[in-house]
Amino acid sequence: MATATKTKLVQWDPAEVKAELLSKYPPKVARKRAKQIMINEALQNETPSLTANVRTIPGIITMRGCTYAGCKGVIMGPTRDIVNIVHGPIGCSFYAWLTRRNQTDAGPDGENFMNYCFSTDMQEQDIIFGGEKKLATAIQEAYDLFHPKSIAIFATCPVGLIGDDIHTVSKNMKEKFGDCNVYAFSCEGYKGVSQSAGHHIANNQVFRHLVGQNDEVKPGRYKINLLGEYNIGGDGFEIDRIFKKCGITCISTFSGNSTYDQFASSHTADLNAVMCHRSINYVADMMETKYGIPWVKVNFIGAKATAKSLRKIAGYFGEQELIDKVEEVISEEMPAVDAALVDILPRTKEKTAMMFVGGSRAHHYKELFDELGMKTISAGYEFGHQDDYEGRQVLPNIKLDADSRNIEELTVEADATRFKPRKSAKELQALAKAGYTFKEYDGLAMDMDKGTLIVDDLNQYEAEKLVALMKPDIFCAGIKEKYSIQKLGVPMKQLHSYDSGGPYAGFKGAINFYQEIDRLVNSRVWSYMKAPWQKNSQLTASYNWE
Amino acid sequence: MLLRHTPKDITERKALTINPAKTCQPIGAMYAAMGVHGCLPHSHGSQGCCSYHRSTLTRHYKEPVSASTSSFTEGASVFGGQANMLQAINNIFTVYAPEVIAIHTTCLSETIGDDLPQIKKKAEAEGKIPKGKHVISCSTPSYAGSHVTGFSSMVKSMAMLAEPTGKKNGKVNIIPGWVEPADMEEIKRLTGIIGVKTILFPDTSGVLNGPLNGEYKMFPDGGTTVAELKSCGDSMGTLALGEWCSAEAARSLDSTCKVPCSVLDMPFGLMATDRFIDALRTIAGVSIPDEITHERGQLVDLISDMHQYLYGKKVALVGDPDQLIAMTDFLVSLDMKPIHIVTGTPGKKFEKRIKEITKDIGCAVNVKAKGDMFLLHQWIKNEPVDLLLGNTYCKYIARDEDLPYVRWGFPILDRQGHQYFPTVGYKGGLRLLEKILGVLMDRQDRDAPEEKFELVM
Repeated sequence: MATATKTKLVQWDPAEVKAELLSKYPPKVARKRAKQIMINEALQNETPSLTANVRTIPGIITMRGCTYAGCKGVIMGPTRDIVNIVHGPIGCSFYAWLTRRNQTDAGPDGENFMNYCFSTDMQEQDIIFGGEKKLATAIQEAYDLFHPKSIAIFATCPVGLIGDDIHTVSKNMKEKFGDCNVYAFSCEGYKGVSQSAGHHIANNQVFRHLVGQNDEVKPGRYKINLLGEYNIGGDGFEIDRIFKKCGITCISTFSGNSTYDQFASSHTADLNAVMCHRSINYVADMMETKYGIPWVKVNFIGAKATAKSLRKIAGYFGEQELIDKVEEVISEEMPAVDAALVDILPRTKEKTAMMFVGGSRAHHYKELFDELGMKTISAGYEFGHQDDYEGRQVLPNIKLDADSRNIEELTVEADATRFKPRKSAKELQALAKAGYTFKEYDGLAMDMDKGTLIVDDLNQYEAEKLVALMKPDIFCAGIKEKYSIQKLGVPMKQLHSYDSGGPYAGFKGAINFYQEIDRLVNSRVWSYMKAPWQKNSQLTASYNWE
Repeated sequence: MLLRHTPKDITERKALTINPAKTCQPIGAMYAAMGVHGCLPHSHGSQGCCSYHRSTLTRHYKEPVSASTSSFTEGASVFGGQANMLQAINNIFTVYAPEVIAIHTTCLSETIGDDLPQIKKKAEAEGKIPKGKHVISCSTPSYAGSHVTGFSSMVKSMAMLAEPTGKKNGKVNIIPGWVEPADMEEIKRLTGIIGVKTILFPDTSGVLNGPLNGEYKMFPDGGTTVAELKSCGDSMGTLALGEWCSAEAARSLDSTCKVPCSVLDMPFGLMATDRFIDALRTIAGVSIPDEITHERGQLVDLISDMHQYLYGKKVALVGDPDQLIAMTDFLVSLDMKPIHIVTGTPGKKFEKRIKEITKDIGCAVNVKAKGDMFLLHQWIKNEPVDLLLGNTYCKYIARDEDLPYVRWGFPILDRQGHQYFPTVGYKGGLRLLEKILGVLMDRQDRDAPEEKFELVM
């Protein structure tokens, strides 16, 4: 590994970069893309607005996936004791089979269906004559084989088109079994403009069919739910370790390393801590309305962010015992983090990063790059909405387009018996006075420097251009982008599935990430691009024999 | 246990597929299209299809896989995808400038009945296809066939680019089927040594096993050129390697361009390679150079040297029909006993062929087309084996049942080498054998009591 950082001075003018990104497009495409590329002003009020959560232009090679991917792949993928049956042709279930690196720990005897792939493998005759009978039979076969406590059904594109009523089939099977909760997700791939629609659909059904099914009060103090944490590469395990050490009881995680019962009991928690704002804020809002559980935004990506989030949770409960314990844990954990940085920072500081991932991750990971002394020169989301960029204060101004209107909005009311405000008006006032904020998220743009570029739904062509023009030291996105970027000689880190690494959350995860980025940006391999005869192609002398 | 809920007792399933041994047609069409030089595969459906196929191919090859999509939303699904497709064609030629766009359909666009040839006509009429550029297409609904038949359909569409001039080109078309870039390279090496001029299509060598040199080429140097595809109608004949992957294209060249064809097994292992080489010799009327005969002899030598480790060993294997047929034949030729064989791809004639190949091995053989890996695992629980061959998903069975296991097939997501080292031909046979022997002998070393632990094996 190289020992010292060479400061690389790359001069670029963001306006020129933006113009260059747009120059090759047909005029209509250029006009649309111009609205999704923003030169950041880093001023909340003057920042020009960015268009997000709009259709990808056909033919433009996008990073995005589909609604099914957001629902089955992301939200429900990590649920280990639910049999997730995909109703559709075989591909959709096959591709979502174990590929997201969600880890789970079922113990030696626990139920764990995550290593399995279930599909109705629809055939032509099912498309022509309808697939409801086949679905009912498949549910019966799964029940007979495994006797799970719950079976979830996921619709793929043709199911919606041919009109299979998967909800009625599920309801009938649920009634027939009596001891198995069966429900369905209408998450056909075409339903939205990206995975994001699938998150929303998943949230709705989880709220409708799972949350609140078990009123039994779980033991423990300082009860929270962690929403929007998917235990990729073991992130959730590290966060759980920290919670345990602090004495915080995590009733449920949505949905990393989760169980059916966690969802069912989640309404008994006293606080919802939201990690991935984009994928799960819907459930947080609905749980607040129905059960009176407030939510706060947290971030366990980054050591400082982890400390801040722990303090935020402790501050909510307000008990000195917890506040002291959290401080004790932070002071126990931070020395190892600081020691790692003393070693690594000289090799990473002043390097530059780009991140185009998720609907919250680009923002979360900026924290870690900040800790490494690296500047994020361009960032954006694959499926974020305007509020993920500019903060929730823009929510009232977002106009729902036809694509968003297609996604059901549940009407939720306070539960007649189970609604319970967790804090009195007086307590809330005191918290507000002390600067405590609920339901707040300021978005990515606030944290980005002036003159950096924020690009929504970045595509392959723009990615290649950005790297060529701005020459980052590292680029972060997903598997599809990985190797085209690396062919340019720039290291690429997957921030969806972490390549083979992780955890990167919490304190130990931060250290892992520092080491990983050090490895990537300082690897010797990037110096091997040219063979000796390519560096020095002229033969100037004869060979020197010994 | 990773697959802890899999019971030993086998019950009939009519509707539920568990742990599939196949995936859907479009990914095969995408992989095939990658083997045409300057070609951008295009998925006519919603974004997820394209994203999933690109991700799977990328994980398998650790190489960039570019492909575009019609990005269907609800509106397109109701009103038809023509507007999206036309817009896509215009954008693709403007921004990426490929030589060819290879469009395949999905279950979505097939269910709503989009007509690709008609859309192509409209694109031509509106001047959206620049002169000298090509748009090819095939129908690959995910609710029929499998990734294998999708591959076959796209290969057939390639063959339809043939423009016979009436003057023979003195070449042999070789359709290699769904094999790795390294295999396609090896087939070219063999035909080169023999001295047969060929047009190989598709050809993913130089596309999905590219170098790292600081330069990104969206369209790498490899791939069958359009000029070659046009010329394949003038070839003296077509060798289709594999009934499932390649025969359809070969037969359509026969019927449309009068290029006669012969369908052979994929040249995995000794016998299938013998048949392939002998066919080349006969077609081209050449004698086989000593170099090839020498390679063959090396493979026979290794088989004889190590026969004691192979003899009588029971094998379970899962994969695609063409590969399984050749591999089963190879295993039988090694005096091994392939007893459980599953493909997810439908086709009763597969079962028939496997039964023929295994009829003399002296024990019962379970074979199923349109089967799944759950069934394979149950068979193994009922009749244990000494070796498991299959794609990466087999590692869960291998670990639970503590089986020696060789990764073989598609996809391989957790090991490297398939891009670089062939498994076709005699050299490929050596590599397959080395891998099989490696896991069998590692197992013997692991399990040997101290007094039986061998230095020389």
